[in-house]
Amino acid sequence: MSGQPYRLPANVGSGTTGRILDRSRRIAFSFDGKSLSGHPGDTVASALFANGIRLVGRSFKYHRPRGVIGSGADEPNALISVGESGRHEPNQRATQVELYDGLVSKSQNNWPNLKFDIGQINSKFSRLIPAGFYYKTFMWPQSAWMFYEHFIRNAAGLGTAASEPDPDTYEHMHATCDVLVVGGGVAGLAAAQSAAAAGARVMVVDECARLGGLADSSSGLIESSPQTEWVQSTVSTLAAAENVHLMTRTIAAGHYHHNWCLLLERVTDHDPSLAIQGAPRHRLWKVRANQIVMATGALERPLTFANNDRPGVLLASAARIYVNRYGVSPGRRGVVFTNNDDAYQTALDLTRAGVPLARVVDVRTDPRGELVEEARAAGIEVVTGMAVTNVDTVAAGAKIQSVKVAPYKAGSRIGGREERIECDFVAVSGGWNPAVHLYCHTSGKVKFDEDLQSFKPDRSFDQITPVGAANGTYDLDGLISEASNTGAAVAKKAVGSKVKRSKSDRPLASSPKAGKLEPVWFVPATGALNEGNKHFVDFQNDVTAADLELAAREGYRSVEHIKRYTTLGMATDQGKTSNINALGVLTGALQSAIPQIGTTTFRPPYTPISFGAIAGTNAGNRFLVVRRTPPYEWHCENRADFEPIGQWRRPYCYPKPGDSRHDAINREILSVRNEVGLLDASTLGKIELKGPDAAKLLDRVYTNTFSTLKVGKGRYGLMLNEEGFLMDDGVTVRLADDHFLMHTTSGGADRIAGWLEEWLQTEWSDLKVYVTPVTEQWAQFAIAGPNARNVLENLDGDIDFSADSFEFMSMKVGRLTGYPVRAFRISFSGELSYEIATPSNFGHSLWLALLEAGENHGIQAYGTEALHVLRAEKGFIVVGDESDGTVTPLDLGLGWAVSKKKDDYIGKRSLERAYLAAPKRKQLVGLLTQDPQEVLPDGAYAVAELKDKPPMEMIGQVTSAYWSPTVGRSIAMALIKDGRNRLGDVVDFPLDNGKVVKATIVDPVFYDKEGAKQNV
Amino acid sequence: MLMITCPVCGAEGDETDFHCGGQAHISRPASTDPHNVSDDAQRDYLYIRNNPKGLHREMWMCARGCGKWFHAERDTVTLEFKSYYGITESAPPSSSPNPAASKTTKKKSAGR
Ligand SMILES: [Zn+2]
Repeated sequence: MSGQPYRLPANVGSGTTGRILDRSRRIAFSFDGKSLSGHPGDTVASALFANGIRLVGRSFKYHRPRGVIGSGADEPNALISVGESGRHEPNQRATQVELYDGLVSKSQNNWPNLKFDIGQINSKFSRLIPAGFYYKTFMWPQSAWMFYEHFIRNAAGLGTAASEPDPDTYEHMHATCDVLVVGGGVAGLAAAQSAAAAGARVMVVDECARLGGLADSSSGLIESSPQTEWVQSTVSTLAAAENVHLMTRTIAAGHYHHNWCLLLERVTDHDPSLAIQGAPRHRLWKVRANQIVMATGALERPLTFANNDRPGVLLASAARIYVNRYGVSPGRRGVVFTNNDDAYQTALDLTRAGVPLARVVDVRTDPRGELVEEARAAGIEVVTGMAVTNVDTVAAGAKIQSVKVAPYKAGSRIGGREERIECDFVAVSGGWNPAVHLYCHTSGKVKFDEDLQSFKPDRSFDQITPVGAANGTYDLDGLISEASNTGAAVAKKAVGSKVKRSKSDRPLASSPKAGKLEPVWFVPATGALNEGNKHFVDFQNDVTAADLELAAREGYRSVEHIKRYTTLGMATDQGKTSNINALGVLTGALQSAIPQIGTTTFRPPYTPISFGAIAGTNAGNRFLVVRRTPPYEWHCENRADFEPIGQWRRPYCYPKPGDSRHDAINREILSVRNEVGLLDASTLGKIELKGPDAAKLLDRVYTNTFSTLKVGKGRYGLMLNEEGFLMDDGVTVRLADDHFLMHTTSGGADRIAGWLEEWLQTEWSDLKVYVTPVTEQWAQFAIAGPNARNVLENLDGDIDFSADSFEFMSMKVGRLTGYPVRAFRISFSGELSYEIATPSNFGHSLWLALLEAGENHGIQAYGTEALHVLRAEKGFIVVGDESDGTVTPLDLGLGWAVSKKKDDYIGKRSLERAYLAAPKRKQLVGLLTQDPQEVLPDGAYAVAELKDKPPMEMIGQVTSAYWSPTVGRSIAMALIKDGRNRLGDVVDFPLDNGKVVKATIVDPVFYDKEGAKQNV
Repeated sequence: MLMITCPVCGAEGDETDFHCGGQAHISRPASTDPHNVSDDAQRDYLYIRNNPKGLHREMWMCARGCGKWFHAERDTVTLEFKSYYGITESAPPSSSPNPAASKTTKKKSAGR
């Protein structure tokens, strides 16, 4: 374990460093296999700094060496993989990963390793990778893209996914509150305090492990004491309050309509042993807040100068946070480069902590803020009207040696004397952007503020109120006053509180008066312009100022287009550091001001959230409800090979030991054709319609007529949607004058019940009908085959199953071997067939009784695949196979089931539209392949004329294709253009693999065309 | 995630507890005179919908509650629900519908 050469002593000169560090304990971790140490309180980023590791990753496109830039959620560079095996997770911001003992981390986006990266060669050819490179190069020919993609994905890529299943658990939480305060900095705490005092139920969430935000690293006093003291006492008051829920390590990822907020709580990431003990790793909170106070603070923006991406260039705020909070120095000797007063706080904090500072370089010619004076008084050397124009590096760009500084005047070229300053880090500040992301997720609009040179919240339709830095209020006293008043005001809105407030109810604060910021969007490089001098705007996606200018030159005007063309702001950091700087660069390129250019859209999540959290507990066998039919246990005991049909699990076939699926299916089919088979058809949709207008409703929802149906009889019906396309089919039987039982497809049961309800409630509310879905109330079995009647007659009961008494398409109610049953004589196989329904509780027993009764008749259970082949042999359609939402009954040759007498039914008028009534539409036909052994694939296309290669005119497709053991050859059904007039024609089906299958168009009924078998 | 209150059973829930049936008060020409429905009328009935910026009258169904359909007036800009009314009721006169909608604001024939 190495030492921590950049760790500062706790007390140095006038400074205290490492405020949150527990220096008494050392913890071990690793980075790229190297054993390192840190202290409790460290993040991976601060611990890497302490160990002198600056190079933490490679950039996405050019593979340039990159270091840590920030200290929080905005970090674009330091993306690392954390954890091993199933707990491995890529793309973690090192600035937010809390150190724990044994943490294993790895750099990303380098190959073969971080120090020698083959992709850096991209840097040398960067002239060849300009903006829009992907669009320009890889769009055509497509085969070339396949080649490039392989190379690019290998050489780059943002980490790798875990290869093992995630062993951790995740959960969802639902909550409501009166006031949700997002951000636990000074503003958030002040708002929470006044909202809680007004009696509101308050939730405060903060992404960090500790509340307080930047209170430990920004200038100003509260009640004449350091801000951290006020934070400490306020947090303990709030923690003790019954109406306040404080949540740390919780990110408000998204804000949605009607104040619905998505929070991600990282419960165990800082200590995975908690997860091993059973705590959920993450909790996804879905919070409905009456009011939201957005106290999300502000994000510092970098400055755009040549080679501003070198490891060692970091944000000024981050530099002082590493010193104050973590007790690490970003380097041996620094330069501060700024256009505003805030960076002087960094200069002061670093100097107090004993970190050598070469210079503060300020672009402003005459900065006069109080912090500036304080820095000068502290003996810090300040140069004004100057800019850092370039960075000199060693170690292939991984280590800063010095910076170039030259006189700077906005809008003109750099000129005059250039100075080289030796240093190994540069703390930069280009000003602060209010973190408006959450505000914009729903309706919030932002406006450009000239003083801030940034966008701040303007208006929103939602109950979300920005306060403090998030609202562009940076002055400490103004910030507290605004937050405190807002907290009370929104609490009043939420709970109608009448608590009187006076001015003294809020703490008083003071902070140094700041001078004006000078916008700097681009610092030109001195000397010859060459490839090395890249000015980075978006660090994570490697977008440079030159890329933006190129996009503008190529004619892009809309910032949304430029974003997509250059990939600006499209990486995982969503442009947190780059957005405003990019707009600033575009002001020059587009000759237009930022408010006119506008900004791109902020979308959730604020920072990425884990897939585990999204899934919650809905994983594995809790992913989907499983619906089981009454004889489910029997199916399992008899080696059923199940298939999912919606949420149902249905036996596909029942292979016997040594059987292939194919063997089992053929055996089951032949048992139905030659003896008798038993099918569990319980999933069949069943809906009861009862009421004086039940028949009238059926006449309106089916294409054929049901009001003429006699009690005890059944009829096959086709249901269309209003567009005239087939949506469901099935047999409906009349149980009584005012009582029908409708059978629907298995998949359609719930949908059709809803469909009927919708029509009854919204269009035909005058009809008196109750619609009751009863699918799960009944078990239903088909007994099909020449011996079906014998099997049923073997059982005790009061139903006469004889041909004379029990006609085809009729039903009887009675008892069978003691169980109450509804018996239907219907057939989906073309054989003599009955379906017996019994209340679900009797289903399992009746199933067993039927098997026993059929034992001497060769009964066998058959599954859904045999069912499908049996019906295809008979040319019966399956909705969803032969129809796809664009098919009419006439296309399927089912015109006989479409009434010509009825005035109206759903879909009737649409069927008359010219397009649907046109001849030569695709029509259902049968296919016989020339090679009888060849089974066409489902969905294979028929072409009008076979050519060497596509495009070929497609004239239809295979809808079902099977091996038929009954006819001893392959059969298929297809929708073919003008098919019914093309019987006997041979058509070509070119397949993916280059093979062409030839098939003859035939009638779709392959077996027992006269229907004699079902009428015995 | 919209918050919706069912005017029939009073249940308050997220939009995922409800089902949106789209624009309300579209008359079904075939219900009035099935033999005299022009192609244009049928096209408009099936496919032509308003896309107003502002007040929109919609049908919703209380999917995880009472299962009843109801009408709602919703502002498509602010996403506020302005009012709820029965599925057989005509549009309330209180709030003025947007001009584009007035062409087709005949309600379904229910309850007439
Ligand atoms: Zn309801």
